Amino acid sequence: MKCVIAGGNVKVLGRAVHSLSRIGDELYLEPTESGLSLRAVNTSRSAFAAFLFAPLFFQLYEPGSAGPDTELFRCKVHMKSFLGVFRSLPSLEKSVGKCLILLKPRASRLVLQLHCKHGVTKTHNLAFQECERLQAVFDTQRCASRLCAPARLLAEAVVHFPPTLAEVTLGTGLGGKISLRNYVEDEAELSKTMVTELWLAEDEFQSVAVAPGSHITFCLKEFRGLLSFAEASNLPLTIHFDEPGRPVIFTLDDTVLEVHLVLATLSDLESSSQSPSTNGVSHLPAPSDDFADDLESYMAAMETSEGCSEGPPSPTFPLRTPQPAKSKPQQQEEGGGGGGGGGGGRSCARDPPAQEGEGWVCLGAGGGQSLLLTPPFLPTVPLPVFWLGDDTRKAWSGHHPGGAGGGQRWRKLSPRVTATPSLHPTTRTGTPQ
Amino acid sequence: MPFSAQPPASGERYALSASLDNARHLSSLLRAVHFQDHATCLATASGLRVTVEDAKCIQANAFIQAEIFQEFSVQEESVTFRISLSVLLDCLTIFGTSSLPGTSTALRLCYRGYGYPLMLFLEEGGVVTVCKINTQEPEELLDFDFCSTKVVNKIILQSEGLREAFAELDMTSEVLQITMSPDKPYFRLSTFGNAGSAHLDYPRDSDLMEAFHCNQTQTNRYKISLLKPSTKALALSCKVSIRTDAQGFLSLQYMIRNEDGQICFVEYYCCPDENVTEAEL
Repeated sequence: MKCVIAGGNVKVLGRAVHSLSRIGDELYLEPTESGLSLRAVNTSRSAFAAFLFAPLFFQLYEPGSAGPDTELFRCKVHMKSFLGVFRSLPSLEKSVGKCLILLKPRASRLVLQLHCKHGVTKTHNLAFQECERLQAVFDTQRCASRLCAPARLLAEAVVHFPPTLAEVTLGTGLGGKISLRNYVEDEAELSKTMVTELWLAEDEFQSVAVAPGSHITFCLKEFRGLLSFAEASNLPLTIHFDEPGRPVIFTLDDTVLEVHLVLATLSDLESSSQSPSTNGVSHLPAPSDDFADDLESYMAAMETSEGCSEGPPSPTFPLRTPQPAKSKPQQQEEGGGGGGGGGGGRSCARDPPAQEGEGWVCLGAGGGQSLLLTPPFLPTVPLPVFWLGDDTRKAWSGHHPGGAGGGQRWRKLSPRVTATPSLHPTTRTGTPQ
Repeated sequence: MPFSAQPPASGERYALSASLDNARHLSSLLRAVHFQDHATCLATASGLRVTVEDAKCIQANAFIQAEIFQEFSVQEESVTFRISLSVLLDCLTIFGTSSLPGTSTALRLCYRGYGYPLMLFLEEGGVVTVCKINTQEPEELLDFDFCSTKVVNKIILQSEGLREAFAELDMTSEVLQITMSPDKPYFRLSTFGNAGSAHLDYPRDSDLMEAFHCNQTQTNRYKISLLKPSTKALALSCKVSIRTDAQGFLSLQYMIRNEDGQICFVEYYCCPDENVTEAEL
């Protein structure tokens, strides 16, 4: 692989690397015919980002030759070493005229050469590791809600949260209003914590197509990294999301650049509270009522969720009557928390399951799981790997050092989780019945 | 700036006395060699030299010529004492390090001789501070025997070109390898760290190159931990002269221009990393 990046695009690449460095310790480089892809995944595999630079982004782009039965050479490098090359963004802009990236599998070196002003040349020979493809499994088409906003709007909204804040909850209200609120993990601490919530009017966004009352909680750190990239590149950011527990996908689109950031979201406890008996009759869009209610419903969840193997209906779509299992069992399972809630405000109904054959299935978070990524060692095998099971859950809860509160929650919910293995055989077939 | 610090009583004889209307001229230079706690000061009629050493491998000298001072007198041929550089710097910046326009700290410096403390009178805005810093027995200094006649390769660069390079040095590398050559790559800085190797090449016709006199190809390695402190001087300087002698000893001379446009020099000498040099040969 050989490519040459000229002028201002070097800085764009640099910013992309900075953004990816918020996610993982390793940077995956994948030259493809459709461009150079840079990817990263975090250790708990709850966050994944991919930047695809189209061939037009480069002054010269040669992905290398793939044999008839071999794939293009891929590798991963230490994020730190790669970042070191692009560390100072101002100086990149000021002094670098051209950047050459050479992947030499024979010499086991990834060569990054920066041609700077005054004729100075910086050559970095980085060690790399050959690797499999890193691919997260998601499908923006399957997300019920979609928001598109100028990056600046979101950056200015997020700036109000303290830098130490781990997660933020994005909610939708009546009239297309969007709220952002800091997520407090331990309800007991709520009385001691300052809660910041801000509402954004619909007309601030470029487009809003959301299920009213839906809300998701995701990590702020990775999101901030992408935002700073989007803001500097002056690109609108699109957020695709669904029910709590299902991944949220942030995308940036440009003619020469395509960015995806996939984050796990916290699964919803309130949905459990609306278990069949209550079924949220009058719980219409109340994204952020009095928290005391939430707390109560949380307690209720603790009681009712045990042994409830079927995904309880979401409070988001309260008018839906509980549906019996349909002819396609995997869909029902897949629906997870939402139970295939195609009613209510769901504008984007289930996609034809034909998609599943491609291994691009976005699985629902059946029993309150946050999972989404295929491990890189199982690159294109579709399926059971999505269900990362206990390890992921541990990793995910470990990812949020929330202490007792979080741990307890997982334990309480686990009966539902263990009830879901039926998912595996169903989905492994990957073909619609 | 009026000088209102209490002058020493008349009749007292000082081995060294000097006054400076802006103490920052002195403190910034001293900071450029402040990588060890203690420094040896040598005062002669031509000025003050402050020397700091580490590991018997590196020596830094800050030269403050007599002309920088408003008054500078040395009663003996030379006056030498050792002093805590940290304390001296703390005292010199006792009114703060901020450089608000129009404010400066005036300094009078007196030393009576062997066994006496160094006395500093500092004044800013009518407030006077008197500091007495105990002096210590001077230690013998390293003699690098680096004379200009034995220089093999010499390059003068604008500091701007090196600043970024030093700021981005891969500190996981144990050594910095310097290659100077009459042919390509002319002047190359290399590091060999965990992440792989990195090379920085400066062509001889670069705008940054003020002078290029290389007679033979030389590749030497220097401990990066020893060279890193010199970035303090690099940050202040406008030009740097890089010289090596036949044994690979390195001399870095930094030309530093102070706020009044006066020129001072800070010099670093560094031993090559011997094992590697032998292996290379």
